[in-house]
Amino acid sequence: MIEALQFEFMRNALAAGLLASIICGIMGTLVVVNRIVFLSGGIAHAAYGGIGLAFYFGLPYLAGTLGFSLAAAMIMAAVTLKARHRADTIIGVIWALGMACGIILIDLSPGYNVDLMSYLFGSILTVPDSELWIMIVMGLGIVALVAVYYKDLLALSYDEEFARIRGVPVTALYFLLIGLLAVTVVMVIQVVGLILVIALLTIPPFIMEKHARSLLQMMIGSSVLGIGFTVAGLWLSYAFDLTSGASIIMVAGLFFFLNLMVERLISGQRRSATPSIPEKNNAADPQRS
Amino acid sequence: MLSNEHTINEPIIHIEALDFAYNGQQVLEDINLEVGAGDFIAMIGPNGGGKTTLLKLMLGLLKPGRGRIRVMGKPAARVSHHIGYVPQDVHINRSFPITALDVVLMGKLAPGKRWSKNAGQDRRDALEALDRIDMVDLAHRRIGELSGGQRQRVFIARALVTRPRLLLLDEPTASIDSKGQTDFFRLLKRLNRDITIIVVSHDLLVISTYVKSVACVNRRLHYHQQAEITGDMLEAMYPCTVEETCPVELITHGHLPHRVLQHHKE
Repeated sequence: MIEALQFEFMRNALAAGLLASIICGIMGTLVVVNRIVFLSGGIAHAAYGGIGLAFYFGLPYLAGTLGFSLAAAMIMAAVTLKARHRADTIIGVIWALGMACGIILIDLSPGYNVDLMSYLFGSILTVPDSELWIMIVMGLGIVALVAVYYKDLLALSYDEEFARIRGVPVTALYFLLIGLLAVTVVMVIQVVGLILVIALLTIPPFIMEKHARSLLQMMIGSSVLGIGFTVAGLWLSYAFDLTSGASIIMVAGLFFFLNLMVERLISGQRRSATPSIPEKNNAADPQRS
Repeated sequence: MLSNEHTINEPIIHIEALDFAYNGQQVLEDINLEVGAGDFIAMIGPNGGGKTTLLKLMLGLLKPGRGRIRVMGKPAARVSHHIGYVPQDVHINRSFPITALDVVLMGKLAPGKRWSKNAGQDRRDALEALDRIDMVDLAHRRIGELSGGQRQRVFIARALVTRPRLLLLDEPTASIDSKGQTDFFRLLKRLNRDITIIVVSHDLLVISTYVKSVACVNRRLHYHQQAEITGDMLEAMYPCTVEETCPVELITHGHLPHRVLQHHKE
């Protein structure tokens, strides 16, 4: 790995991966505890519509993508707040529609041919310095906003009604959260691709959720885990000449299932040690099956 | 903490000719209720009868379609931060990474208060609230590691730390066994010495020994000054007979104190 760092593209890839891990560790924690993983997927896919829009109308890439994703995200946020039981359907529709929009608009754009694969898996090995700076600024912005509103976000995530009664501006804060998520997704997709964004948003926070004692711990732990996955994945991709984004996800996924198995084993041991306490709804319990 | 204009004699809650509809369906109709300081009211009624809706109207989370609801002499939404609220346990994510103490500290949030001026004081208040309900030893446990009854106590501590004059509880005993329920209602009775309490419950027999009065909610509201719950009351409230609603009511040990209430006059 050390010798790989003599190449600038490798250093940039590593830096981009670390920044994406930190940003996704913070936002992913909020995504997982608020159970809006599906909504994040919706934003990430609908963002492709923005890419199409930008190419077709010759808009700057970032303005087109960010504008479109923010609009789609705000619609999804409004639906989630107003009609929770319908939300998943409508998010699914926007998800598909955004993607289709993007593909048709790119079909219609003369001369251009955007590689869908680079959108899906990103191109972490070709990250220019300018994008690293954008990610640094964005990361600092997210850390600052989350720090200022930490208590309110915690109350909103844990118990929305109670937060409302305590005078927390729940609706505004929810839109802020979703808006922040849209910005995160769009910016990080550019660098590491849609699939890796979703993996980094969900896998590290999910693993940390059971061990952390506070949201802050979960955010820090998720960032550290994400960094570990990124470094290991990049090393594997360098050593065995594999696609980097997919390698990172493989490492994360493997760790995810390993973690699940170890937890099953531990809870199984605990149960057989104290058989007097019957546990409901546990398929892993051998004595019940 | 309480607004100065509010005097002791004024009712804590005053509801007048209130209607509420949800998605075009009438949930509550012509509700009239006056809750005085020191009351301990059980709110009973069938599922979907509008108990939780009425609680949310009192908290200002919902707005009445028609009629008026005043809490401590003001519109409900403006004073909701003076009300202690204990929500239904089932709606809350148990795997959430948070300790009991941090849950209680949530009660220290207040409108327009972004940075706490005195975090140390907030913490002491939260620990004191936990101490009041005998939970201070478990302050640093993750909320998901606690039993249903312990979790419910933490939610009460979170409500108490707001120093409320009114405590609203929504099905607080749903996930507690019957021994725990008795302890729980004893705790409420103790708190009732200086806090007005309204509790939504299904457990008619358990609750009747602790509360001072009963409000039956099934689209309409019937208020009973006494706490006794009787077959007639059940019959009037539920769309089936007493025998179907509660077949074990007559099989009970010892002397079951009871009184037959008047039919609802309608």
